[in-house]
Amino acid sequence: MKCRVAIAQISAHLGDVKANLEKHLDLISQAQAAGADLIVFPELSLTGYCLQDLVPTVAHHPVADDPVFTPLLEASHQVDLVVGFVDEDSRHRFFIASAYLSAGNVLHVHHKTHLPTYGLFDEGRFFAWGDQVRAFDTKFGRAGILICEDFWHVSPPYLLWLDGADLLLFSSASPGRGINAQPALESACWVEDINRAYASLFTSFVVHSNRVGFEDGLNFWGGSTIYDPNGGLVSRCPYHEEILSITDIDLHQLQRTRARLPLLRDERTGLVLREMHRILAHDP
Amino acid sequence: MLDLVKTMEHEKIDLTINPDAVRKILTGFITSEITRAGFSHAVVNLSGGLDSALSCYLAAEALGAENVLALCLPYKSSTPDSLEHAALVIKHLGVQSTTIPISAMADALIQQFPDMNHVRQGNIMARLRMIVLYDQSEVFHALPIGTGNKTEILLGYTTLFGDSAAAINPIGDLYKTQVRQLAQAMGIPAVIIDKPPTADLWVGQTDEGELGFTYAEVDQLLFLLVDQRFSPEDCVKFGFAEGFVRAVLERVRRNQFKRLMPPIAKLSNRTVGYDFLYLRDWGT
Repeated sequence: MKCRVAIAQISAHLGDVKANLEKHLDLISQAQAAGADLIVFPELSLTGYCLQDLVPTVAHHPVADDPVFTPLLEASHQVDLVVGFVDEDSRHRFFIASAYLSAGNVLHVHHKTHLPTYGLFDEGRFFAWGDQVRAFDTKFGRAGILICEDFWHVSPPYLLWLDGADLLLFSSASPGRGINAQPALESACWVEDINRAYASLFTSFVVHSNRVGFEDGLNFWGGSTIYDPNGGLVSRCPYHEEILSITDIDLHQLQRTRARLPLLRDERTGLVLREMHRILAHDP
Repeated sequence: MLDLVKTMEHEKIDLTINPDAVRKILTGFITSEITRAGFSHAVVNLSGGLDSALSCYLAAEALGAENVLALCLPYKSSTPDSLEHAALVIKHLGVQSTTIPISAMADALIQQFPDMNHVRQGNIMARLRMIVLYDQSEVFHALPIGTGNKTEILLGYTTLFGDSAAAINPIGDLYKTQVRQLAQAMGIPAVIIDKPPTADLWVGQTDEGELGFTYAEVDQLLFLLVDQRFSPEDCVKFGFAEGFVRAVLERVRRNQFKRLMPPIAKLSNRTVGYDFLYLRDWGT
């Protein structure tokens, strides 16, 4: 089975949801015209990243009567969507979130579980921590969504893998940093290395949609990628440029790779669980 | 044997940059931050030195030479070289330019204090240049581009509200050593890259003479202390003289005030600078 994946590697207007929504709808139309089955937007694509005190003013809830999600759900009849936004729950906690929309339905909402609050990051100051990592079923098989720092930790991708996800959909708003003699920033190299490693270790597809543009002095480096279950690079977007990238992935590659390399079959989940219990109980 | 080890350790400090990658980020930064603020033009104080030449080259590449105004603001004691080298930059880039001598303005104040030392005089010149820069930015409907590099920002080798004043600074995260690399790649004339850096505030002044060490030395130390988070003790073990490490660290500490907005005494529940947090790019 083939899946035509569009990555919307775009910039965002900081705090201007209306302008960002228009851009989303335009790109969704373009992706649809190109025959895409799925379009993946970056982290906080509807709001911008360094929101600080703007957080409560840009929040939405992914339901049919929300003014932002109404047109997005309508568009999801044509092509499946992953969009980034600020989710406000009924008790007014704000989450960095990504929603998977398909055929007019919200199939899944992921709340970012790991909020970087160190170095240049301050997410824990403004956002609540998500507390679930769950795979979900799509027409392309079982998938999982993670947002930026979530996949800087190995445990969330591992949990998604065990929960049945063969298609890992990663989104980020990754600030570029670390210059040296190489053409790629150190932050870009690091993310590419781990995404390739996840594809290889979990014999899965890893789709990464990263934003571009600037917010004050921060640059977002783009370089969105798709890796196949062999760890092979299927596509890579340019650094620092807006692009709608369309790539066909062959989902049968999962079978060919796992027939050769049965890492999933041989994963010792019972052993992991026993040892985790021991480690967390500090029992030697 | 010990010296040999030290030499080898020093070689591990690598300040090499990839000029193409850095150039792309910095021109993108200038374009983004100028246009989002509602402008299309930039103005740069061109001293004839390397840093302002580089800022001018980057601005011209980002915005188009016709959209950049280079200001030459000589004082009567400025070296003829400074004007000549500024003229080289203007001619090479084809940017717009204006020369406005500041001698009469400066002397109107300086002559009231016959015993005024050269530090005071230098600060007056730097601040007058800021006044002219901002005044011309109004005339040219432009934003002032900063010209301070990472070395001088960290060392506080700058006049507060003088040469440090600007709307945006593209080169403030490049050490002087790295400024030279980018300048070379952008085709800045060698005569400007190779001459001894000077603020040119009094006759015979050079940065390295005034600071008491070379940029090559201090950039390596700052790279360890700041970028690599080495402790002062580790820097000494690495081979830097203890007195040098202490002196540089003290300079960095003492000049922190030049790197921050003036603190506001907090009284209310919401105070600018503490819990009223928005980026400059708010809403754009």
